[in-house]
Parts: sequence; C-alpha cells; structure tokens
Amino acid sequence: MTGGTGGLGDMDELYEAIILDHYRSPRNTAAVEEPDIDLEVNNPFCGDEFHIQLKVEDDAVSQVGITGRGCAISQASASLLAELVKGKSASEVESAVDAVRRLLKGEEITDAEADILGDIEALGGVRKFPVRIKCALLSWVGLGDALRDHLAK
Amino acid sequence: MSDSTSTAGSRAFDIDAIRADFPILKRKINGQDLVYLDNAASSQKPSQVIKSLVDYYEQTNSNVHRGVHTLSIEATDAYELARTKVAKFINASRPEEVIWTRNTSESLNLVAATWAEANVGEGDNIVITAMEHHSNIVPWQQLAFKKGAELRYLSHNDDGVIDLAGAGSVIDSRTKLVSATHMSNVLGTINPIAELAALAHEVGAVILVDAAQSVPHMPVDVQALDADFLCFSAHKMLGPTGIGVLWGRYELLDAMPPYMFGGDMILEVTYEDANWNDLPYKFEAGTPNIADAIATGAAVDYLTELGMDNVWKHEQELTAYAMEQFLSMGSVKVLGPQDPALRGGVISFIHDTIHPHDLGTALDQQGIAIRTGHHCAMPLVRSFDVVAAARASFYIYNTKSEVDALVNGISETEGYFSR
Ligand SMILES: Cc1ncc(COP(=O)(O)O)c(C=O)c1O
Repeated sequence: MTGGTGGLGDMDELYEAIILDHYRSPRNTAAVEEPDIDLEVNNPFCGDEFHIQLKVEDDAVSQVGITGRGCAISQASASLLAELVKGKSASEVESAVDAVRRLLKGEEITDAEADILGDIEALGGVRKFPVRIKCALLSWVGLGDALRDHLAK
Repeated sequence: MSDSTSTAGSRAFDIDAIRADFPILKRKINGQDLVYLDNAASSQKPSQVIKSLVDYYEQTNSNVHRGVHTLSIEATDAYELARTKVAKFINASRPEEVIWTRNTSESLNLVAATWAEANVGEGDNIVITAMEHHSNIVPWQQLAFKKGAELRYLSHNDDGVIDLAGAGSVIDSRTKLVSATHMSNVLGTINPIAELAALAHEVGAVILVDAAQSVPHMPVDVQALDADFLCFSAHKMLGPTGIGVLWGRYELLDAMPPYMFGGDMILEVTYEDANWNDLPYKFEAGTPNIADAIATGAAVDYLTELGMDNVWKHEQELTAYAMEQFLSMGSVKVLGPQDPALRGGVISFIHDTIHPHDLGTALDQQGIAIRTGHHCAMPLVRSFDVVAAARASFYIYNTKSEVDALVNGISETEGYFSR
C-alpha cells in the first residue's frame, strides 16, 4: 500500500482534496424557484441521479441548484459544475462542457480552458479509472443541449 | 437418498488444495493478492475445466451428430456425456430433459417464447416474486403486455423472507405460471420452492425455478422440489461462459413448440414442411456450444467430487462468519435475512456514508473484487430507498481470512474518506 495522505493505492489520484471537499460540502444545492431549465439526469448503470435547475437571465445563468444522490465523484462533479455555470452564457457553458469531456478522456485542453475550469481540473484524475468517467460526466451531459434549446425558444 | 444422487463427495474439502486448482487466484490486483468476492456474478474456473476446453480443441474438435468419422463420434459422445452428468447433478429423471442454452437468461426466454406463448392467454396471470433478477421479470412483463395477461408479485417482509401465507391468495385459478428464484442474488434469501410448487400445482399452474444462484452452491434435486422447469448458468458454477441449462419435465418439453428453427432440430424437411426432432434436440437448433458443454461436465465433476453438501456447508460457515462481522460493524446495513441459516453466501450491504462505487474502487485498490450497483434487480434495490448496493459473494475457494480482508478493507476505506 502506498503512503501519502493515508491513501489506498492510487486512490489519491481519483479523490483529490478538492474533490473530497466538494463531495462533503456540495455548493448550490438550494432549489431554484421557477427555473427556466429543469433537468433530471441519471446513470442507469449505477442508479445515480441528479436534478439540475437553472434560471437564465439576459442569456446567462443567474441561478443554479443541483441536488441528487451519487458517489463522491458524481457529487463533487455536480457541485463543481454548479459553481462553474453561474454567470456563464450558453456558449461559454457549452465550451466548458466540451473541455471537461476532453479532460476526462485524457485529451489536451488549452491553457485558456484550464483557466476557466479551475478546480475542475482535479476531476482529470478519473483518467486512470475509466469505469468512473461516467460518474464524473453524469451531470454535465445534456446541460449544453438544454441551455441551447432554452435559448432557441 | 440413493447412491446415484449422493451429494456427499469423494474428495476431501481441503481449502488449500482447492485454491491451488484455480490459476487466477495467483494474480496480483493493484499490487495486492486477489480476493475474489464477486462469485454471484461469475465464478472462477479450476484448471480441470480450463484443461477440458484445451483438450477438446486439441484432441476432439469436430461437429456433433452429423458424421461417421471418429472425431465426430468422440465429440458427440463427450457432448452427450456432459448432458448426462448435468442430469444426474440435479437428479433429472432422464438426460433428454436437459437442454443446453447460452445462459439462465436464454433458458427463461425459451420458456416464455414457447411454453408460455402457447399456454398463457388474456386474463390469465403469471406470479413471480418481488426479488427477481431482471432476467426473470422482463420476459414475463413482455409476455403479459402481449397477451393481456397480468403479472403478479409475491411480497416479502423486511428481512427478505417470502410471505408464504399471503401467496395462497396471489396464486389463483387463473395462474398459469409461478416463476421464482431459488436463491436471491441480492438478498441471499433461499425461497421455499417446494411449498410454492405445491401452491402452483394445486391450481394447475406450472412452476419455474431460477436456480442461477442455487445450483452452483447447494444440492438441488428437481424431483424433490417438484419443479416443472429449472434454469441455471455454467459460468457461475466453475464452468465456462456462453452455456447454460434449461431443465424441464419431459411431458412439458415434449408438448412445447420449438424455440429456434434450423439444423439438428428437425427430423425431416421437405420443400413444403418440416417436423421436429425428439428431445432434447428439438430445442438445440444449429451447431451447439460443444466445447463449453463438455467443460460444464468437467465443472460438474469437480463439484460432485467435493460434494454439494460440503460446498454448501463451507459457504454457510463463511456466511455466518461474515454476517457476524458485518452486523458488529455498525456502519453497514446488510440486506436480506439477518439469520445466516436463512440465506446463502451472498451479502449485499449499504454503508452509512460511503457510496458503493467509491467503496468498490477503494477495495479494488486493495485487490478485493466485489460487485456494486443495482445487481440487475433495480426494483428490489430501489425498494430499500437506495439506488445501489455493494455485494460480496462467496464460493468454494474463499476463506475466513478473505472475509477479514474485506472487513478490514471497509474500515480502511472509512478511514480514507473521513480524513
Ligand atoms: C438469480 C439470477 N437469475 C438470472 C441471472 C442471469 O444469469 P445469466 O446472466 O447467466 O443469464 C443471474 C445472474 O446474474 C442471477 O443471479
């Protein structure tokens, strides 16, 4: 067993401190009143599910609330997502989602993208645990589409 | 019990010798000794079974039932001998009652598509339990939709024990089929099959037993259970993947329409029509899975030598030992019967704070393989108000020190996440 912070094998690469922090204290979990976007996402493989609510004003996300149940990775990821999308326009959210997808697959992201993602880069640890990529992506998929559909209305 | 159906075994139950038969147990996983506790999903294979596959392909490989040459005759004999071994293993009255399929799921679908297709009509009902694997739910749901029949469920109490007293009012004169798992792959519950068979037969219904989790682990006697159909998979009982068994009472199988059409399942074909071959070939269209059938025979030999009584006893001991530790842990809730005597070696549990996937990953880092998720029993797992559970399941090669490793692994993981 490796030493580190009391880690078990490669666990620390998956569960970085920032991930554990968001898992224990998820941000933006309050329900949004009269949301413009109300989205249920779930992973039929493990049963994890999240409820994502957004309010959009002047073409940007003004309020966000995400609740649900899932593993540490999917919960931390949802919380990080909630922090990121606040104040962002639909196209900014879409490019962020795209960057996260590439990050999780172990593909390159630009320095500019890394700046936007900030703490979210910690999710990149799932690369070594391919079966957990779905957990990290759960709340992200569908969000870009939902925003675009809303703005097209 | 007569000598021919003895379940006592001829080889000593020596755990070190047993472990030495399983090459995969020498593997390291993430630098640790493998502790394989996902046997309910699929078991490991002893070298006797692996060797049987290699021997077949190196020495005997040929098609069956169609040649007069030596290899074809040898392959046919070996294939049929394996069927005879399986028949004896479950105390079938004749080998023709044993049909080779791909797995339990295909066996269940076969009965749904043939027997039930012909015998279940509008207003009839099919009764299953609320603890079935998806494979024993979905074929009946589909059939019920198609026929305008009703799918009913037998309930169980909080301990995962079937409400037998209530079953008498669920099973009624319109019931055509009762289909129940012998042992739950989630709760570990062993269901009262003989009692359910009596209730089914009283109203003229037939009983199907999903024995995917029982045949590998305990003595199963289809006649003593008074079953009509019984299904299981070789891969959960030391055998290869891709092969399973449907056992059925001869008269039922004989009266059923075929499942698939093609070579081997016909007696005579003209340009206008065809008629069907005798049992079991009526249900074995095309070139069958010869090598894996023969290797299933080797798996049955292995288990028979150990004796299913001894296999069961070993697992009961391990389960009792594990339950004691789990119940004293405080942080986990075990699903299903809390009394080890009422259950088999499948322990599903929910941790207070750690999600099954996080636990699964953490244990894997320690070389311990468990199952996490909905266990192909979504409605059942959701009935505990969770979306997923962790499951440890035992087999002949597992030891008490592996149970200790699991318990220790869980507390290491608790330590990790409470840093
Ligand atoms: C009780 C039960 N029934 C059916 C099945 C399906 O078996 P198979 O996947 O081999 O068809 C399983 C295996 O997971 C099971 O545990």
